[in-house]
Parts: sequence; C-alpha cells; structure tokens
Amino acid sequence: MDITKNKDGGKLEIKVSGRLDTTTAPQLDSEIKESVDGVTELIFDLGNLEYISSAGLRVLLASQKTMNKQGEMKVTAVSEPVMEIFEVTGFSEILTIV
Amino acid sequence: MPLKNDEGEQIVIAAEVENLPVMQDFVNLYLEKLDCDPGKRLQIEIAAEEFFVNIANYAYEGEKGSVTVKTGVSYDPAFIEITFIDSGIPFDPLARKDPDTAAPAEERGIGGLGIYMAKNAMDEVRYEYKDGQNVLTMKKLM
Repeated sequence: MDITKNKDGGKLEIKVSGRLDTTTAPQLDSEIKESVDGVTELIFDLGNLEYISSAGLRVLLASQKTMNKQGEMKVTAVSEPVMEIFEVTGFSEILTIV
Repeated sequence: MPLKNDEGEQIVIAAEVENLPVMQDFVNLYLEKLDCDPGKRLQIEIAAEEFFVNIANYAYEGEKGSVTVKTGVSYDPAFIEITFIDSGIPFDPLARKDPDTAAPAEERGIGGLGIYMAKNAMDEVRYEYKDGQNVLTMKKLM
C-alpha cells in the first residue's frame, strides 16, 4: 500500500494505492489521525486501490464519523470491484462517492 | 474433503495476524496457477483474509495455536475450494448475526462486517466442528 497526502489549509487529500487489508490498514489509520486535526474537507482518491477488506472499511468508517463532526468527506475514483464491495456492505450509502 | 481433480496444496502456520501475508502468498500463488478470473480472485482473497483473521483473533483465546489452510480445485462443476482448520474453541463464524448494512454511519459498528463480506464473496461456505477441530470450507465457482 502507498499513501500520498496533500494538505492545503482545511483540505486534505489522501491517495491510497495498492492493498488495504488487515496488515496495511493500521498504517492508513495512523496517517489520517496524524493529519485530520483542523481538516474540514477530506478527500480519498481510491483510483489505484486494488483491494480492500473489512479492516480497510473500518478505517473509512472511522474517518467518516470523524468528518461528520468537523466537515465533509468525499471518496473519489472508485473502481468497479471496490464499488461492488461498498455496495455489498452498505458503505455506498454511508460514504459520499463522487 | 479430497477433491477428485486436484488434491491441492496445504500449509500449516501459526494462527497469528502477523501470518496473514504468508497465507495470502500461499493462496495467491495457487490462484495464479489456476489463471482465475480477476474479479473472482479478488473475492476469494477477501474471504480468505476475513476467515483467517477471524481464526487468528479468536480461535485460541490469546493462546498459541496453528491453522491449516488447504486449497483445491474441481472441474465438474468448476470450483475453487479453500479450507481452514484450527483446533481452537468450537466457533461457528457463520452463526453470527449479519450486520445491519442499511444503518447510518453513526450507528454502524465494526463487528461481523468481515464475515459478512466473506460469505457474500463466496458461492458456498460450510462450517463443521469435527474431531476437535473447526473446519471452515469456502467454495467459489469458476
């Protein structure tokens, strides 16, 4: 998994590439926690995300809950297989996918 | 269950989350050899991760133990089968209530999501407790 963060004022863009699983999810979780203070717009670019298991969904859910309190969160460039997982789990309703 | 067309392969590893990459490499190598459809392969990988992590986290209640992972394939009908066997406490992960996938974010917990995803990703999942072992078998039609 590769994480690229781009912070511009209250806007934070996080690009996640590769595999987001039980092994790598804690890394993304701590990267988010490190940077989310004061963020009012959080954008996840999942264009190069190849794989996501429940451990990855948990990180997205935690981020969504955080952002519900302090601003908004968007998920962009979702591939078809990842979208299928969002749909099965109901995450397509929880997340703002654009 | 022995498979007619391919006896498959197996590994025995410590039931620890740190071993997830070892299990993933084992399963992926097998799926690569089969030239499995990428979409189905993704679903098999997800289910394998969820069931393995579940065993690693709960089967031995903090004690050390091992898990056997078996792969196999059959061609009539064509399906891939992966079996997880552990000697931990009897636990049927399939008996767990499915999470409410329609609940809003604030009411969403994290429990049960992985098993739910795994069940959905597979065509068939069976659990039995046999000879002191938890045997979980998952099947995906090719």
